[in-house]
Amino acid sequence: MKLLFERSVKGRRTYLMPKSTFPKAELPDHLKRKEAPRLPEMSEVAVARHYKELSKQAFGVTSGFYPLGSCTMKYNPRVNEAAAGLPGFTGVHPLQPKDTVKGCQEVIIQAEKLLCEITGMDNMSFQPAAGAHGEFLGLLLIKKYHEERGDFKRKRIIVPDSAHGTNPASAAMVGFTVTHVPSDSEGQVDLEALKAVLDDTVAGLMLTNPNTVGIFDRNILEITRLVHDAGGLNYYDGANLNAIMGWVRPGDMGFDVVHLNLHKTFSTPHGGGGPGSGPVGCKKILSPYLPASKLGDEEKEKSLGQVRSFYGNFLVVVRALTYILTLGKEGLPQASGMAVLNANYLMQKLKDVYPMAYDRLCMHEFVMTLEDIKKKTGVSALDVAKGLLDYGMHPPTMYFPLIVHEALMVEPTETENRETLDEAAEAFMAIYQKIQEDPESLHLSPATTPISRPDEVNAARNPVVRYSFDKQ
Amino acid sequence: MNLPSNLKYSASHEWVKVEGDLVVVGITDFAQKELGDLVFINLPNLDDEVSAGEPFADVESVKAVSDIISPVSGVVAEVNEELLDKPELINDNAYEAWIIKVKNAAGMENLLSAEQYNDLISKEG
Repeated sequence: MKLLFERSVKGRRTYLMPKSTFPKAELPDHLKRKEAPRLPEMSEVAVARHYKELSKQAFGVTSGFYPLGSCTMKYNPRVNEAAAGLPGFTGVHPLQPKDTVKGCQEVIIQAEKLLCEITGMDNMSFQPAAGAHGEFLGLLLIKKYHEERGDFKRKRIIVPDSAHGTNPASAAMVGFTVTHVPSDSEGQVDLEALKAVLDDTVAGLMLTNPNTVGIFDRNILEITRLVHDAGGLNYYDGANLNAIMGWVRPGDMGFDVVHLNLHKTFSTPHGGGGPGSGPVGCKKILSPYLPASKLGDEEKEKSLGQVRSFYGNFLVVVRALTYILTLGKEGLPQASGMAVLNANYLMQKLKDVYPMAYDRLCMHEFVMTLEDIKKKTGVSALDVAKGLLDYGMHPPTMYFPLIVHEALMVEPTETENRETLDEAAEAFMAIYQKIQEDPESLHLSPATTPISRPDEVNAARNPVVRYSFDKQ
Repeated sequence: MNLPSNLKYSASHEWVKVEGDLVVVGITDFAQKELGDLVFINLPNLDDEVSAGEPFADVESVKAVSDIISPVSGVVAEVNEELLDKPELINDNAYEAWIIKVKNAAGMENLLSAEQYNDLISKEG
C-alpha cells in the first residue's frame, strides 16, 4: 500500500485558518527554519482511509484469537479508555499546582494500595515506563540495599536459564554479572545447582513464577529461603502474574521486590496501542530507596531519584485502576483462574498430536516442542505458526523459551470462550493433518494474508527505517 | 557434514586452526546451520583477554542471540571486522569467515578432532 508521503499533494489541506487580525511577531533569524518541514499534505478523509487500510493489514485482539505466549494479549475493555479519556485526567499538566490535581493523586494512591495488596508488597513506584525499565529500577534497589549495609562484594545476580531475556540484560545494565542456573526435567529451578552458586557475592535472584514454560515452581519457598540465607534478595518478574493474580502473592512467596506489566495483567494496551507501564513494588526494607512518584511527594533522603520524567505513564495507571475496580476482589482471581483453565483446556485438546515440553498441568500458558515433527517431516515451528495465520488467528510465540527446541508457546488468556478455543484446536488439528499429508504446502503458508512471508533476514540486515525523499 | 580434518573443534561448536604463532577461531558449519541466517555480530576488541569456556562474542539470527564461546585462552591479536557489515559471510563459508586470531593461546590440548566432533554432533543433530 502507499505511504502517506506518496499520497501527499502539494497544497492539499483539511482546515483553512482564518486570517489573523493580530500583528505578526517575527522570530530571530537564527531560530527560523531554512526550509518548511516535509510533512505529508492531505485531506482528512485521505488520512482516515490510509489508517483504516493500515489497520486492515494488521492483526489485533479485536481481530481474533491472539494466543501469543508470554505476552498476555487479553482484551482491553473500552471502559478503561472511557476513564482514561476523562478531561480531569487528560487536561492536567504535571507542573500545575498540586492542590489542583487531587483526583490524579488519588488514582496513584489507590493504585499503589491495591497493587500492593495484590502482590504482597509495602510500597510501589509508577515511574518505570515498562517491564524492563521496572527490572532496571528493581535491581537498582537491590544494589542500593547492599551498599547501604556497607556490603560491596555482592556483584552477582542469579537468573534461571528459562528466564526472559530482559532479566540478564537488566542485571548487566545495572553492573551486575549474571550467573545462570539450569532448569530440572520438570522446568523448575534445579535446587542443587542453585545451592552450588549461592555465596556472599550474590546480590539476588530474579525469577518468574510461573516461569516461562508455564509451570509454577513448587519449590518456591525453598528457593527464596536459600537466597535469603545467603544474604541475597529475591526479585519477582511480574510478567506472568496473570496466572496467579488474587490467588497467591509474590510477597508471600518470599520475594522482596516485584515489577508488574500493567499492559499485560491489568488490561492496558500493548505496544503501538499505547505506552506500557512497569511499576515496581517492594518490601519495607527497600522503600526508602524508591523514587518519589506520588504527586506532591518530595524525594526522600535515600531515594534513588527519578528514573523517568514526572509520574510515569500516568494514563496507563488510570486504565489499570479502572480494570481492578471493575473486576473487584471476586473478579480478579476469577480472571486468572479462567486464564489457567483455558490454557489447560487447549493443552489437553492438543497434547496427543503436538508433544508438550513438560507433561504436567500448566498455569496460564503451555509450551509444545516440534523437534520430533521437524525431524520426521521437515515442518518447523515457524511453518506451523505461519500456517495458523490462514485460519484467522494470531500464531503463538515461536522459539521461546530457548531451553525448548522448536517451541510454540500458547497463552489463550481468560478473554476467550470455549467456542474460540475449540476453533483454535481444530485449526491446529487441520495443520497436523497437512503435516502428515502435504508438508510442502506449509512451507508456502500463509496464503490468505496481505503479505505471505516477509524477508526477515533482509529486513534485519538492511533495515530501511525512514522515508527517502530522494525517490520523488 | 563439512568438517575439514586439519582443524580442531570445541564441544560448543567453534573451530580452531594454528597459523604460525596465532590461533584462528571461527564457528563450525553445523553451528551456522543451527543458528540460521545471521544478521548481526558483536566482536571483542584487540588485546581483550579470552578464556576457554567463556563467551567472547555473540551472533544474532532472526531466531535468537547466541554467545560464541572461546575454545582457547589467550589475547585477541586480530579481529575480522569485515563480519560487522557482512555477518552472512559466516553462513556462506563458516571455515573461511574466521572471527578472531588469538596470541599466547593455551588450552589447545582439550579440543576435539574432526572425527570426535562428528560423533558429538551426530548425537545432537
